[in-house]
Amino acid sequence: MSKKTLATVWLDGCSGCHMSFLDLDERLVGILDKADLVYSPLVDIKKFPDMVDIALIEGAVSSNEDQEKVRNIRRHTRCLVSLGDCAVNSNVPGMRNYFKVEELFNRGYFENATRNPRVPDVGLPQLLKRACPVHEVVQVDFFIPGCPPSADAIHFVLNELLDDRIPDISQLTRFGA
Amino acid sequence: MSPNVRVKTLKIDGKDVSAREDQTILSVARENDIFIPTLCQMDGLTSVGACRLCLVEIKGSAKLQAACVTEVQEGMEVVTDSERLHSYRKMLIELLFVARNHICSVCVSNGHCELQSLAQRLGITHIHFPFRYPKLAVDLSHDRFGMDNNRCIRCGRCVRVCDEIEGAHTWDLMGRGDASQIVCDLNQPWGSSETCTSCGKCVHVCPTGALFEKGKSSSEMSKRQEFLPYLTLMRGDHNE
Repeated sequence: MSKKTLATVWLDGCSGCHMSFLDLDERLVGILDKADLVYSPLVDIKKFPDMVDIALIEGAVSSNEDQEKVRNIRRHTRCLVSLGDCAVNSNVPGMRNYFKVEELFNRGYFENATRNPRVPDVGLPQLLKRACPVHEVVQVDFFIPGCPPSADAIHFVLNELLDDRIPDISQLTRFGA
Repeated sequence: MSPNVRVKTLKIDGKDVSAREDQTILSVARENDIFIPTLCQMDGLTSVGACRLCLVEIKGSAKLQAACVTEVQEGMEVVTDSERLHSYRKMLIELLFVARNHICSVCVSNGHCELQSLAQRLGITHIHFPFRYPKLAVDLSHDRFGMDNNRCIRCGRCVRVCDEIEGAHTWDLMGRGDASQIVCDLNQPWGSSETCTSCGKCVHVCPTGALFEKGKSSSEMSKRQEFLPYLTLMRGDHNE
């Protein structure tokens, strides 16, 4: 049997979940014995592969770019995992949702700007009206709540999924953990 | 126990139990270490059956009953945990999460919150309903305390403790259904209240971070609820 493949993705989040993933430390070696890391902010591959077994998504879906990314990843992933509170329930990125995008831009780029007040509009993704959890855009197979989920929780889930078991993480993490 | 109190016998989850005739299903279940989730109920305050998490099945009745306000009956057969009840309870918790803006990671009560820990205990890893992100007010006008509507589940514990224990009735519930909210006196800033004694009881019975002490940062607001059973005992209330 060929080795499994693993991808990690970083959308609208603080990268804390990826830091927690790196906190697996030497346990990463054990994970990489079972799976190749084929796409990630941590490796130098720019294009999402044709098919990966497990993709961990950190962050909420906040822009049209995130939306396209996540749809593309869903098409090319067997088991899609929402990693952390932003992906699971929009968390801090969702705190802008009480305001209109124009109000945010006014606040950020005009009211608080001391030089060149203008909205940057070249080559940047467009913010969606609302930042939303990944499962409001595509189907998600597994959820790891936590801000961030602990390395132990991530390790347990990856190990179980790589061994074709469905993990029960209710004791290991929670919203806001 | 006075000599003329009658004892009832019933079954909870197949287990034979006995109870005083004026006991609720919830209190008998707790005496027998049977877990029924609750958020609005609190020993020492009147039970109101508001959160509906303690719904149980009673044999012979098609309706589910709130265990905190249903008294025992002779021969009753109660089921506290079935697939149906579990799915309803999860649904109720998830609806609480989308009704307001509960952002556990940055909440003063992170790690000490009854909503958060109940979600974990019931195995909720995500919310099936779309989030609504209502825009809600935070009242920081009181010197020592704050009230954040974003985190309020409208259990009414603050209203009851202020009325029944402190005797001030500063808090009340305004509006209906999802539009209902906790208000201070005649819907005015907390700091301007003439009835509030600043005793802080409401803060400490609040199951979430909706009521909090000022100056507490994320995860720092643990609640001290021991005063309530103590006061109840000292006053000799027969409210269980």
